[in-house]
Amino acid sequence: MDLSYTPEEEDFRARLRDWLARVLPALPPKPSPDDWPGRRAYDLGWQRRLHDAGYADVHWDASPTLRLIFLEETERAGAPYVGANFVGLLHAGPTIAAEGTAEQRARWLPPILRGEEVWCQGFSEPDAGSDLAALRTRARRDGDAYVVTGSKIWTSHAEVADWCELLVRTDPGAPKHRGITWLALPMDAPGVTVRPLRTLSGSAEFAEVFLDEVRVPVANRVGDENDGWRVTMVTLSFERGTAFAGEVVACRRVLGELAVEARKNGRWDDPALRRRLGRLNAEFRALWRLTQWNVSAAEASGGVPGPGGSVFKLRYSHARQELYDAAAQVLGPDCLDLDRPWALERLSSLSYTIAAGTSQVQHSIIAERILGLPKGR
Amino acid sequence: MVRSGKGGGRPSRSASAGARADGSGAGGERVGRAGADDERVGRAGARGRSAGLAERGGGAAGACRTVESPRLDRALWRVLGDLGFFSLRLPEAHGGVGLGLPEAVLLFEEAGRALVPGPLVATHLAAGAVPGAATGETVVAAVDGGLVEWLEEADVVRGDLTGAVPLRSLDPLTPLHRVPAGRVASDPVAVLLTAAEQLGTAGRVCELAAQHARAREQFGRPIGAFQAVAHLCAGILVRMETARAAVYAAAVTADPADIAAARILADEAAVHGARDCLQVHGGMGFTWESEVHLHLKRAWVRTQRAGGVTESEEALAAALAAETA
Repeated sequence: MDLSYTPEEEDFRARLRDWLARVLPALPPKPSPDDWPGRRAYDLGWQRRLHDAGYADVHWDASPTLRLIFLEETERAGAPYVGANFVGLLHAGPTIAAEGTAEQRARWLPPILRGEEVWCQGFSEPDAGSDLAALRTRARRDGDAYVVTGSKIWTSHAEVADWCELLVRTDPGAPKHRGITWLALPMDAPGVTVRPLRTLSGSAEFAEVFLDEVRVPVANRVGDENDGWRVTMVTLSFERGTAFAGEVVACRRVLGELAVEARKNGRWDDPALRRRLGRLNAEFRALWRLTQWNVSAAEASGGVPGPGGSVFKLRYSHARQELYDAAAQVLGPDCLDLDRPWALERLSSLSYTIAAGTSQVQHSIIAERILGLPKGR
Repeated sequence: MVRSGKGGGRPSRSASAGARADGSGAGGERVGRAGADDERVGRAGARGRSAGLAERGGGAAGACRTVESPRLDRALWRVLGDLGFFSLRLPEAHGGVGLGLPEAVLLFEEAGRALVPGPLVATHLAAGAVPGAATGETVVAAVDGGLVEWLEEADVVRGDLTGAVPLRSLDPLTPLHRVPAGRVASDPVAVLLTAAEQLGTAGRVCELAAQHARAREQFGRPIGAFQAVAHLCAGILVRMETARAAVYAAAVTADPADIAAARILADEAAVHGARDCLQVHGGMGFTWESEVHLHLKRAWVRTQRAGGVTESEEALAAALAAETA
């Protein structure tokens, strides 16, 4: 394990740090969580700044090491989170880059990088959450278009998205992992209806998407017809492998804030709480090392992260919940006040062991694909 | 910062891939860049050496046979000395191998995996300071965390032995003395090498659990096909891989906070892993003949050494406070 950096990498870090120090104080105030148009404008605006400064494609074209440095520095500086650009930059973009045609890359990638178009993810359905291969949204071929009917659920950013990376069933007779196709759906197409869903944190964080005889051009298909499962695995491995890297740095920042608050309110003198924060320090240091490890494994294998990402995703999602439980102990009764810091984050941390494949699914992936145990039921 | 291996070029940032087909912990196969080869060779060497050791000691079965009256195998100790186990970090000018902490961590991981008995850490740390320690001629024990391992078999014991009394050791392969006045400041290298041994245990119990889950049939199918068992095994691997990342990183940075983190996670991976491995083995694991209990007991012994959970958590809390002061 080598943790040193080349002079070029150190130079990249220094220039980025300098740029962040100049740009961040001039940013407009963050919109409220419920102001979706405001959030869209804010997130796209940040992406635009990154683009103009030459950092837009760091998630795609830079080496994994430069990407890690980027995440480390932006989080450390408290720069805006990737936000509404998450799916475009970290899911759909890398998938189109890896699996799309030259025309598709030219059509969809630049607007993502320039901060002009938002993507959402149309994978989950009421009966196909973690069992993604059970999806039922149908698409039948009609001339130069697919005609899509069905519904998607738990779709983040659907209200403000321009495009949706959509999984549809094109061959209902095939075994469930086959017969799936990956389409780019324009969200303004006739027949698309978006209905916001209120989450347990009280906000409309995601939505249901209803598709009624929606025509999607065949030219919008990424990968071959009925080959969508393989294309999707490429997308998911990005999600589990490296997409959370920046959040680990953010958690370490929050942990530091907890230490400050605990010293301020006297709870730091409680040895049990102090040691709990010490243990979380160990946890997030190790998760950062695991990130470096996964990223360099991805680098060695040609850019697509392996099932080791499941190890990270599983451990990280539980650690994040631990972090905000510790925050509650630091705050005491104030942890029940939604206007206090971390109360909302504690609620949203509950989603991490569910979204992107539940912890139970990750356990099964590890058992079967890493430990070679027989397929379970 | 330090890097592992002595090769030219820039080694990979990864020691080995997180994913292995058989959970065997034999890293390196997915590492592409220069320097990884050095590490692979080092790992293969360490594995070969420890396999030889396990064979000479009769493996786990032999260990079980010697359990009733544990004797330190002097010949084995000399073999360890000849292999450079103790002199690994001594400069070549002083008759040592001239390697560093990363290589020592790989060796101690393998020793932990092979359940090698004896005061390995104390003798390794004494190399260069106590005559004969480097070659394995002198067996060195040390007071650590209010205990001494292998006191009666040692030629030299470092630390204050006032009031030392034997206790009936829970680990049949580690004789112990309690030393009331003997708590010493924890040496970060000792803490890290202990973490490396724990990592070896974690890797071995992961292997054992997965092997058993694949082979043992109940209700007409391998028990590994049952989600409850499969998830237990996956949990062992997740803790082990997290500990591995922490231990290897600490070996490279030698940063005290990294070492404390490595110790916490490796203790957890070894103890919790061995316990779950026992659970996967069921009644078969609860017999004296099974190797599993020896791993669990050794892991428990190591948790009592200086730099254990409480101390490391406090150290990391202090580091957190210092970072945000």
